[in-house]
Amino acid sequence: MSSMQLTSLTYNTLLKMFSAEKRFDGRKLLEQRDFSVEYNVSNKAEGSARVRMGKTDVVVGVKLEVGTPYPDSMDKGNLMVSGDLLPLASPRFESGPPKFNAIELPRLVDRLVRESHVIDLKKLVITEGEKVWTVIIDIYPINDDGALIDAASIGAIAALLQTHIPELDENGRIDHDKKATKKLPLLENTLPLSITFYKLGDSLFVDPTREEEEAADGKIVWGLSNYKGKEHMIHSCQKGMEASMTSEDIQKMMKNLPKLYDDTLKKLKKFLK
Amino acid sequence: MAFKRPDGRKLDEIRPMTAKTGIIPNADGSAMFTFGKTVAIAAVYGPRMLHPQHMQDPKSAILRVNYDLLSFSVADRKKPGPSRRSQEISKVTEWALSPALDLKDFPNTVIDVQVYILQADASTRVAGINAASMALAQAGIPMRDLVCAVAIGKMDKELVVDVDKDEEDFEDGEGATDIPLARFANSDEFTLLQLDGKIQPEVMNKAIALADKAMAKIYEVQKKALKEVHSE
Repeated sequence: MSSMQLTSLTYNTLLKMFSAEKRFDGRKLLEQRDFSVEYNVSNKAEGSARVRMGKTDVVVGVKLEVGTPYPDSMDKGNLMVSGDLLPLASPRFESGPPKFNAIELPRLVDRLVRESHVIDLKKLVITEGEKVWTVIIDIYPINDDGALIDAASIGAIAALLQTHIPELDENGRIDHDKKATKKLPLLENTLPLSITFYKLGDSLFVDPTREEEEAADGKIVWGLSNYKGKEHMIHSCQKGMEASMTSEDIQKMMKNLPKLYDDTLKKLKKFLK
Repeated sequence: MAFKRPDGRKLDEIRPMTAKTGIIPNADGSAMFTFGKTVAIAAVYGPRMLHPQHMQDPKSAILRVNYDLLSFSVADRKKPGPSRRSQEISKVTEWALSPALDLKDFPNTVIDVQVYILQADASTRVAGINAASMALAQAGIPMRDLVCAVAIGKMDKELVVDVDKDEEDFEDGEGATDIPLARFANSDEFTLLQLDGKIQPEVMNKAIALADKAMAKIYEVQKKALKEVHSE
């Protein structure tokens, strides 16, 4: 942990290894780490999950609040995704106003969840035009060893599947003492997940460790689902970092995305109750 | 009528405690500590170089503590980021821990202690101190002793050990008094003492005596967890 900057020695070694299709941990370039999902991180959350993928460890909690609808969506509940890269999770994270990475992470998860319409926001109206549920997804890494966004998306969807809508008292306030029995309305068979491709030299790889992620020159974050259980559907995408991607790169990603998504979903399903 | 604890505990009974060290691989030391449903985790980073330079102490490392609740650890979502409450608790936690540390061998550096509450059921600052103390020990920071912490409560006229949320909200009679305390495990040196509520001076002495007994139990849990990390 002593050196914070990636040395050019590490960079060049990784460059050489990737072009020979090798990784330190023996994985193939397009092979993801295994992960586990644990629930009930907090009994004060309406739903929560903890994802451990290699040494990457992320907690996601869902809170529901009574809010007012936005003027452009009076007939829908609200969705908010936030979170923070806590200095707890890495010597590289610092306190203070969020830096770009801390802003990017929740925004990418927001777009994935929002665009997939996995949360049926229309069913979250309490009083038409006045009161709606606001769903807040909060993401916190506990230990960062790369691929936080992909792990966070797994945590977000696992937490949403656990989420129950709290009961209201006669004044329309949340009654935390009453047991919530109603599940958050979700679009059936649509589980959006994020798969991120990274590029180093001419090599593409997924699910980097921290070191690999820091060496990468470029990345593209994809958000996709098996929309309504029928077909793979990409809901969001964002290219990050400086390196360019060739059309060949994109084609390679398109070829591999469905399988990578299916593999992740298969692993996730083991943990769904 | 005597006060009965909502969860049926005896007056001097601590909620089930669990502790684990080495939970955050990136950190130089880390630990989790729970009192019943209250879950605290802590990470230690350092000693490492301190910037800006004018904050450096050429005679010693400085200790910097940050405590906060995760937004979903409480019933009404806590807005992320520091609040007055969390800043105050960060500071008192720093004061609770620093007397136990011997930092003169690490001039011009900082030791960062990050404490977060995953799930809150009262007594969060003391759970945080227990976790932080273990994390510092695991990080190999020279320490005079482990720091143990517990919240003593006074419910109406009855003293209780390890206050939970139902008790914190107790309103009958003289109401609820919350007294978070921290002490060296093996010597009579209290490093945290706070109080909210109403308590008579003579009762305060009893509260301290009650804390002494609780500390011994907490110390055993901490010690056990610190030994376990090396056997894994």
